[in-house]
Amino acid sequence: MKTKNILVVGVGGQGTLLTSRILGNLAIHSGYDVKLSEVHGMSQRGGSVVTHIRYGKKVYSPLVEVGKADVILAFEKMEALRWRHYLKKDGIIIVNTQEIDPMPVIIGADKYPDDVIEQLQQNENKVIVADALAEARKIGNFRVVNTVLLGLLAKNMDVDVQTWEEAIKQTVPPKTVEVNIKAFQAGYVLA
Amino acid sequence: MGNKRLMLGNEAVARGAYEAGATVAVAYPGTPSTEITEFVATYDDIYAQWSPNEKVALEVGIGSSVSGARTMVAMKHVGVNVAADPLFTVAYTGVNGGLVILVADDPGMHSSQNEQDSRYYARSAHIPMLEPSDSHEAKEFVKEAFDMSEKYDTPVFVRLTTRISHSQSIVEIHDRKDVPLKPYHKDFKKNVMMPAMARVRHVVVEKRMHQMAEDANHCAVNTVEMGDTSIGVITSGVPYQYVKEVLPGASVLKLGMVHPLPKQLIEDFAKKVDQLYIVEELEPIFEEQIKSWGIDVLGKEILTVQGEYSANLLEERIAKNSLGLDTPKQLPVRPPVMCPGCPHRGVYYILHKLKKHATGDIGCYTLGALPPLEGIDTCVCMGASVSMLHGIEKARGKEFIKDWVGIIGDSTFVHSGITGLVDIVYNKGISTVIILDNSTTGMTGHQDNPATGRTLKGEATHVLNLVDLAMSIGITNVRVVNPFKPEEVELAVKEETAKEEPSVIIASAPCELLDRKTKRIPYRIDLDTCKNCGMCMRIGCPAISKQDNKMFINDTLCSGCGLCAKICKFGAIVKEAQ
Repeated sequence: MKTKNILVVGVGGQGTLLTSRILGNLAIHSGYDVKLSEVHGMSQRGGSVVTHIRYGKKVYSPLVEVGKADVILAFEKMEALRWRHYLKKDGIIIVNTQEIDPMPVIIGADKYPDDVIEQLQQNENKVIVADALAEARKIGNFRVVNTVLLGLLAKNMDVDVQTWEEAIKQTVPPKTVEVNIKAFQAGYVLA
Repeated sequence: MGNKRLMLGNEAVARGAYEAGATVAVAYPGTPSTEITEFVATYDDIYAQWSPNEKVALEVGIGSSVSGARTMVAMKHVGVNVAADPLFTVAYTGVNGGLVILVADDPGMHSSQNEQDSRYYARSAHIPMLEPSDSHEAKEFVKEAFDMSEKYDTPVFVRLTTRISHSQSIVEIHDRKDVPLKPYHKDFKKNVMMPAMARVRHVVVEKRMHQMAEDANHCAVNTVEMGDTSIGVITSGVPYQYVKEVLPGASVLKLGMVHPLPKQLIEDFAKKVDQLYIVEELEPIFEEQIKSWGIDVLGKEILTVQGEYSANLLEERIAKNSLGLDTPKQLPVRPPVMCPGCPHRGVYYILHKLKKHATGDIGCYTLGALPPLEGIDTCVCMGASVSMLHGIEKARGKEFIKDWVGIIGDSTFVHSGITGLVDIVYNKGISTVIILDNSTTGMTGHQDNPATGRTLKGEATHVLNLVDLAMSIGITNVRVVNPFKPEEVELAVKEETAKEEPSVIIASAPCELLDRKTKRIPYRIDLDTCKNCGMCMRIGCPAISKQDNKMFINDTLCSGCGLCAKICKFGAIVKEAQ
């Protein structure tokens, strides 16, 4: 198997790290070599964050190369655009429509682009757009946006649902297992 | 899966210390090294502690080693600067129980104020240094380092970089080796470094390093992978992975020991390949030594001393493939910001309002430098806010300093702010220092410190009383304020900066992320009352923005701290009905 490259991007605090750990466990369950490169410290405080996940027979670099990501999972709309150059030509980009204004936008020094989805659609790659926040609110906890998005991703990957749910159960805090599984299933149906 | 696990590099290092039979681990937290000691603390067989700073941590470690225990000390690259004083001398004394010093460099400065290369410390302090290239090696190299430390009677460095510390890969775990404490023998000729003894030890150090350089030619951590001989690469650490990615067929000499270098091995390798490259992040340390031996290599001429390397970079510069990559979109930048509900925000709001300047320090509160708060003027290193403030006063005088304060966090104050404050009192300074006491070491992820009342192992301990401390060193003006009460903060800052005496203001409220148990009710804007004056935006809270020309509070971000409600003159910010 060719090494799979996934990028999880978003804003610090959105749960990208936990999500990528679920993906890491998923890969190890499926018997692959896997490497994750994550962001700690300063960038977590509301900054732009990216986690690289690579799995396959033998993985060397912990980083996805520019133009070689098979999938980008974006927790925030503008962050999808910021990291889009990592996507390969026929890659898939899954975008949460949630907008989080960065400080330069809040103070009026810059403007949030109003045509993010249109810009993403200009390339040949597949773009999947979802309002995962609305789904999470429906479930009753806006913090499970990340697992809703994982559900969407699962529909686009070749791993069975049981393995996914096992990886989620193993990774999230025990008392949040139920709501996370619910969110995952909601995302899966959404896809 | 069995005994294979996905582990963070830092977690693997902790496992290595455990398997090597270490019984003591000491550190001060610093990204990207922090998790090493946090993971060590989960092993009951190892005593683990946070020390106030890296110098203290290393000295505790030296004591532990001298008395016979296998000991690990961990720090980030700038932490080595703090620990440099004992470091250079422990190279002379050597060890009793193995002493391994973990240092995590940060190429690319993900969370640091500079990109220094710790390999220079290995060279200048004459201490051997190993460098792993993934989590499994991190664990194995730590074990190797302990053995090496005892075999050669030297402290041993293990160097990580952010990409090793904070990436996860598969680790095969093993059992712990039971290593009894070595007997302690008083030996003042080895352990008392006054000139007569130190001169003798310097000779020992030189001999040891020659021996290690010789042995490095046969050391199992240095590996040669011969392939296509038209290209040869000498590399180490995570760049090795990029080399394997881009040049899978090339011949590679991977240096597991980055100091001292195996001259014979390198010369032999160089003879076998047509074009030799050095791929090392940051400084040209291999390159300069290897070139000095008359070997023809290409290194920094085509690469760079700045930032992290990548497979993309090597593909373009060594494989000479023009990738024609898409460039990233020009978008509004998203700098890190203080969290919604952060207690520091209220202090910066007042300083901005009063047009005060501030010397700043290392911690979350450094983020207050950015607009709209623009609350600090300087940031150099841990503790510098206090001492720089004093320097400014001595240079510009008493009137000038009345427009200034120093800002420092509780953990940083204990790390190296105390001595600066003693200096202010001793040298008759009049500066006002604000300690932002959020009851934790926030930026590195909430480690305890002497002011929090808990140890790394989670036990209750004596709480360092910052008020009593400040008074005991001679500060007569000490006051505690609540940063969520802007009027209280304003009054304190105005009064204390006006005094021609040194003052300490302690702004005390726990970090918002510390206790998430109490459910906070978010605030919202009552649009009927709101005058759209934008006052609430001045606190720089990421939860407050303008949407469709109306003020808006994002309920997924708002922590319910209520600072904005206190700033609003019209009472237009109200609690969300639940």
